[in-house]
Amino acid sequence: MIPKLIPTPVMERVRAVLFHRRVVFGIPFLWLMLFFLLPFALVLKISFSSAVMAIPPYEPVVRWVDDTFSIVLNLGNYLFLASDSLYIAAYWGSVKTAFLATVFCLLIGYPMAYAMARAPRHWQLVFLLMVMLPSWTSFLIRVYAWMGILGNQGLLNSLLLWLGVISEPLRMLNTNFAVVLGIVYAYLPFMVLPIYTNLVKLDVRLLEAASDLGCRSLTTFWRITLPLSKAGIIAGAMLVFIPAVGEFVIPELLGGPDTLMIGKVLWEEFFNNRDWPVASALAIVMLALLLIPIVFFHRFQAREMEKHG
Amino acid sequence: MGKLSFSKAMLVLGLLFLYLPMMVLVVYSFNASRLVSVWAGFSTHWYGELFRDQQILSAVWMSLRIAFYSASMAVCLGTLCAFVMTRFRGMRGRTLLSSMITAPLVMPEVITGLSLLLLFVAMAQLIGWPVDRGMATIWIAHTTFCSAYVAVVVSSRLREVDRSVEEAAMDLGCTPLKTFFVITLPVIAPALVSGWLLAFTLSLDDLVIASFVSGPGATTLPMVVFSSVRMGVSPKINALATIIILAVSIVAFIAWYWMRRAEKRRMGPR
Repeated sequence: MIPKLIPTPVMERVRAVLFHRRVVFGIPFLWLMLFFLLPFALVLKISFSSAVMAIPPYEPVVRWVDDTFSIVLNLGNYLFLASDSLYIAAYWGSVKTAFLATVFCLLIGYPMAYAMARAPRHWQLVFLLMVMLPSWTSFLIRVYAWMGILGNQGLLNSLLLWLGVISEPLRMLNTNFAVVLGIVYAYLPFMVLPIYTNLVKLDVRLLEAASDLGCRSLTTFWRITLPLSKAGIIAGAMLVFIPAVGEFVIPELLGGPDTLMIGKVLWEEFFNNRDWPVASALAIVMLALLLIPIVFFHRFQAREMEKHG
Repeated sequence: MGKLSFSKAMLVLGLLFLYLPMMVLVVYSFNASRLVSVWAGFSTHWYGELFRDQQILSAVWMSLRIAFYSASMAVCLGTLCAFVMTRFRGMRGRTLLSSMITAPLVMPEVITGLSLLLLFVAMAQLIGWPVDRGMATIWIAHTTFCSAYVAVVVSSRLREVDRSVEEAAMDLGCTPLKTFFVITLPVIAPALVSGWLLAFTLSLDDLVIASFVSGPGATTLPMVVFSSVRMGVSPKINALATIIILAVSIVAFIAWYWMRRAEKRRMGPR
């Protein structure tokens, strides 16, 4: 209780503020509990069910049998995933492809961000918009553009044939190479932006001090710039790696029959085989794989926000 | 100096890498031939085909409506979340809310789509809604993941706002609600606009989540484009891509002009 000593108008104000805070907090909290957290609980529940020919196509996990409440947890889906080498290969393929793409994004994106951060102020704005603009157009269409370039009768093969570099078309579309290229192309802006925002805040005096003390520019880069931009590199790498593991559109359009990625397998289990419980189990295992990087990313973001907040 | 020119060269090459494939689409949208390898002369034939395609046109209208509603709702929810994240230090549940709001930023789309579909199916069994999945379910799904982006944009602006003006207004007897509308809202308005635009483009672009939560009644533009490009290169899609690239470039140019003018006004002599 608020002591009587506090005059009434002040108490009213305190109450009003508390009421507003509760509303401001409550609305998004309820929305996210209902449309974010609860759905995950359902995925977990249905991953313990088994598929039946019904609507919806799975057996209830919680039910009343002979007046007793029973929960039937069926581990069959998980055992099935572990026993079939296809799924293990798909998880491994996803992680490998996403990792390769992240490395290439970093190798291309870091120098780009570095040059942007060193450019004159009015040019920085132009470059920033130029890097962001492709991600505002359609993701699907940007991936599709590579189908016309990499195809057997595509632009690149025609060009190479015309130049006489090759005598017959190279198979580039529907390969793992095309998938990595597609991911690098689609996710490059997400690598450049966090590194740029980090590098632009870097104190130039540190670099001047280093060079005044006789440090060579390459040494300055390795010992000062790179360690200080660690936060940007981690944020960028997570923003590329985590969604790339679950990517569906790129392996579907650019990948071939030997491209095994878990997002595509999950899609096929769900839409083609209509096996919702196995699709749910696939999602739970993918989430468990990604949990460490996701938690890592969150911790990092939270710490960065506290620092600048 | 050597390293400096290396990074500049990488910037130019990187931008070329980002833009050349899109330029190829623009050029080939004017190709009279159906094949990519053959240039059969300049033609606007495919644009005519595009505008006669009823399926694409109705999908465009559907996508625009969903994107408009999703972006508007996402700005409301995202702004509330941004307030909780930046202003309500030490409130119980704040950490849970902020991790729930930022999780969709990195969550693979197939997981989000699957989980929301399972929710809608369970809801239909339990309370009889939604009977048919379609616009409403896509709207809910898009609002949820777009709010995350709005929250990030708005909270970074809210952190920069000088709170003393708000406190002064409150001390002079303004209610919290009035303080928000008179003081805070005008200051964060640019962030709300850019958050809305970001949410609008994200919703317009989403294929995976919409495919999971949509029903037979609602087909969005990415769904039509996807089923078409799965079969191979299509000149009609090149024409559509050109229109999208043009529209985004115009908006980006206006944004650039506006930001540049604002910056000049801030820098220039008074």
